[in-house]
Amino acid sequence: MATTARRTPDDLVRTPAALAALVPRLRRICGEDGVLTDLSQRRTYESDGLTRHRSTPGVVAMPTTTAQVRDVISLCAEHGVPYVPRGAGTGLSAGALPHAEGVLLVTSRMRRILEIDPENECAVVEPGVANLDITRAAEPYGYHYAPDPSSQQVCSVGGNVAENSGGAHCLKYGFTAGHVRGLEIVTPSGEVVELGGKAPGAHGYDLLGAFVGSEGTLGVATRVTVSLTRSPQRTVTLLSAFTSLDAGGEAVGAIIAAGVLPSAVEMMDALAVEAAEAAVACDYPAGAEAVLVVELDGPAAEVDAQVRRVTELCAASGSFGTRTASGAEERALIWKGRKSAFAAVGRISPAYIVQDGVVPRTALAEMLGRIASLSAESGIRVANVFHAGDGNLHPLVLFDDAEPGAAERAEEVSGAILDLCIEHGGSITGEHGVGVDKACKMPRMYDDTSLETFDLFRRAFDPEGIANPDKLLPTPRLCGERPEVRTGVHPLVASGDAEQF
Amino acid sequence: MRRDLDAKEHTLREGTPDDAVCGVVPAHVACPAGTGALASLMTAAHRNGLSVTARGGGTGLAWGAPPRSLDLLVDTSALSWIDHDAGDLVVEAGAGTPLAELGRVLAAAGQRLSYDPVRLGGTVGGALATGASGPRRLLAGALRDLVIGMSVVRADGAVARSGGRVVKNVAGYDLAKLHTGGYGTLGVITAAAFRLHPLPAAVRVVSAEMPSDSRAKRALAALRGTAVVPSAVELDRPAEGPGRLVVVLEGTPEGLVSRVGETSRALGGETEVAEELPGDWGVLPAEGCLIRVLAPPAELPDLASGLGRLARDGFGASVRGTASVPAGCLYLAFPPGTSAGAVAAVLERARAGTGRSAVLLRAEPHVLAAGVDLWGEVPGLSLMRAVKDSLDPGHRLSPGRFAGGI
Ligand SMILES: Cc1cc2nc3c(=O)[nH]c(=O)nc-3n(C[C@H](O)[C@H](O)[C@H](O)COP(=O)(O)OP(=O)(O)OC[C@H]3O[C@@H](n4cnc5c(N)ncnc54)[C@H](O)[C@@H]3O)c2cc1C
Repeated sequence: MATTARRTPDDLVRTPAALAALVPRLRRICGEDGVLTDLSQRRTYESDGLTRHRSTPGVVAMPTTTAQVRDVISLCAEHGVPYVPRGAGTGLSAGALPHAEGVLLVTSRMRRILEIDPENECAVVEPGVANLDITRAAEPYGYHYAPDPSSQQVCSVGGNVAENSGGAHCLKYGFTAGHVRGLEIVTPSGEVVELGGKAPGAHGYDLLGAFVGSEGTLGVATRVTVSLTRSPQRTVTLLSAFTSLDAGGEAVGAIIAAGVLPSAVEMMDALAVEAAEAAVACDYPAGAEAVLVVELDGPAAEVDAQVRRVTELCAASGSFGTRTASGAEERALIWKGRKSAFAAVGRISPAYIVQDGVVPRTALAEMLGRIASLSAESGIRVANVFHAGDGNLHPLVLFDDAEPGAAERAEEVSGAILDLCIEHGGSITGEHGVGVDKACKMPRMYDDTSLETFDLFRRAFDPEGIANPDKLLPTPRLCGERPEVRTGVHPLVASGDAEQF
Repeated sequence: MRRDLDAKEHTLREGTPDDAVCGVVPAHVACPAGTGALASLMTAAHRNGLSVTARGGGTGLAWGAPPRSLDLLVDTSALSWIDHDAGDLVVEAGAGTPLAELGRVLAAAGQRLSYDPVRLGGTVGGALATGASGPRRLLAGALRDLVIGMSVVRADGAVARSGGRVVKNVAGYDLAKLHTGGYGTLGVITAAAFRLHPLPAAVRVVSAEMPSDSRAKRALAALRGTAVVPSAVELDRPAEGPGRLVVVLEGTPEGLVSRVGETSRALGGETEVAEELPGDWGVLPAEGCLIRVLAPPAELPDLASGLGRLARDGFGASVRGTASVPAGCLYLAFPPGTSAGAVAAVLERARAGTGRSAVLLRAEPHVLAAGVDLWGEVPGLSLMRAVKDSLDPGHRLSPGRFAGGI
């Protein structure tokens, strides 16, 4: 049993010299072109998708095989050097924030699709494969990979596994966790372990299930077996416009309560629509305070019945117009507005913060009202674009980074929105993860015992604390004087349990 | 010690043979009145170094291996409560809540937990701890996929929570995954929150006889090629006579018409269409040895019949196989009294080959006595041991019930 204290990264390798000494060995493992030491090259990895957290990695290793990953991690373990896994670096919680005195282990050179197996309805891929590339490879067989984060063109499957990523269609199809059948992982002590395989499910503890969403803190996924989903017979996209956010929220509640299970229910408010309109001229109805994008897919006859039902429900909730599209092109046009929303906001504001919080679906309308008052009180504009069907909000808090203090005020509003989520019994993150960004907010959702239990679990995989340290759980180093997670002697040992064995 | 366990919030009595877990009679049985009482009971057990196993409906106590030691059996039947957020399609329920009662309450609101229990008379906690899912899991997933939050009393009596009550949430580790199918070896589950689904307006069960394996494989391939979106695809292989492929479709009466037609064509030959599930749907036999095989879906038809032949030709034993084919899961049920040799041989054959595993979920006493290896080789066992050591360092929770003697 591990009674070692979780070492803070500071006592691991104080001097870059200690790390520099490992470079020749890293080169032997990954090859000359697989190790980056040049400062300007390392700098390109200083942040992931959340650029306000930055740190230049001590060294960047880019292995191409499981054996290389194992050797790199074994080397780290041997020397007590921390490492941070990184996929495509699109994460939005600074989960792949490098460690200045550690190794950044990048999977971008592990991007082979090893197998598409239509008979078993699965695919086997390396972790650096882009999400969308699985769908591209599976399409000829009539299949697709269901989890579809908006970043799917670039984000890696390994990153998806680490974050348990969702997407617009996870309302019906579920998150990454429901689509991973097998993983080959390298543990923080450098052991290669197979969890699951082509059969969905495995015997023993469901370590695979717990690994998904563990944000690189339990090891590196080096091979991933994912389920493929048969592409639906019919897909119809609806665009419905409302004169108030309340009415839009009500329609979402009505659709869910009526037992229709759309594959996606997305909502945008007037500000987000305005931005999208300016950016891509998506031709959303004028004068809408809220628009809903609802997608229905499945067997043709079922979808047709659902389209009628959703149209009625929207009308009953006060929609002033619903458009339906079933051709690929028309559907793409509706989605264009939604998909471009984040980038489009950049056109109406110099800077913005993307928040990610969850509330119970029934609290949606009220929550939007509270965000509106927050915005009015603070004078800070908030655009709302979100996965309404599962209550996952992505408020975009707009500010001018040239204005002194604006960023701080925007942060405050963004934080207050999270508080509201918790107040409503929701979550501080629905899909972007905790990373560094929200580690200090974990105590707002979980009590000390629960956090300590998370840490006990983590230490079972990583007793030395070298795997993506300072992520996911609050630490004194990260969160200041309030030590949220106990370190040191195992509490059960400390409390006297030891005498019995 | 007895005095230390005594408290107002729970009743304590001596164990009887009726309380046995795989034949092991507990020294004491306690029935805590609520989570708080359970926590103080577990704290007392921790202080006294007692080994503890939890019991829900008692339907799964013969599953798993016998505990190495059993000082205290915790009966969860008083932890029975249901908190249903119908508008959010979410429910939270106490571990001792009977699944049947949960089903009734949800059905009254037009909803369900999309999970087919494999045992009758079980509770929420027991279903989770044994973690076995029935046939309808192709759309919403297995039981583990439906859990969105869990409360657990740890070995030391502390109450820890993971997840929450919203359907989307990635804050923290999903520890509920470990407890689902963990046989209570990492903690005692006190409550769980689940995502729910609306009850479908209509159900159709399309089935056809499969006189040969090749016929079954053709039908399965044809079915994969359709977009009928089944909730369950079961290949039933009785001990005698031809197999049957059973496909469950759920939806609206209008929408089902063409789906049923397409399914029938895929199955080929003469198909039967029922508008209701059979009465014993998904329930595994309550007696006799029970094996679960996990294998790549495409291998299941041959595997199921091969194992049936092995039992029959090699040992004169009969075995019934039911395979949730796309889920890669095959249950094998032996009649009570089947020889340990037959069960062991089937297990061994089922485990041979890559990407396969087989576990003897329930072993009869004579099979246990013969020393048959229940779990076989479980990949990741060293990590599992580390997790156990971390969460239950004294190895007091159902010791020995799990893989690798955990
Ligand atoms: C424009 C945009 C849109 C987005 N939309 C969505 C969305 O709709 N839904 C959603 O869920 N997310 C979304 N995201 C967030 C992000 O794309 C996802 O979290 C994605 O899964 C990250 O993948 P990545 O390869 O970029 O991982 P990275 O950012 O490189 O890493 C993310 C985390 O995974 C770990 N990691 C990476 N690879 C491995 C591995 N092989 N083994 C173990 N750990 C590993 C890292 O250590 C880090 O903690 C979006 C991001 C952007 C920029």
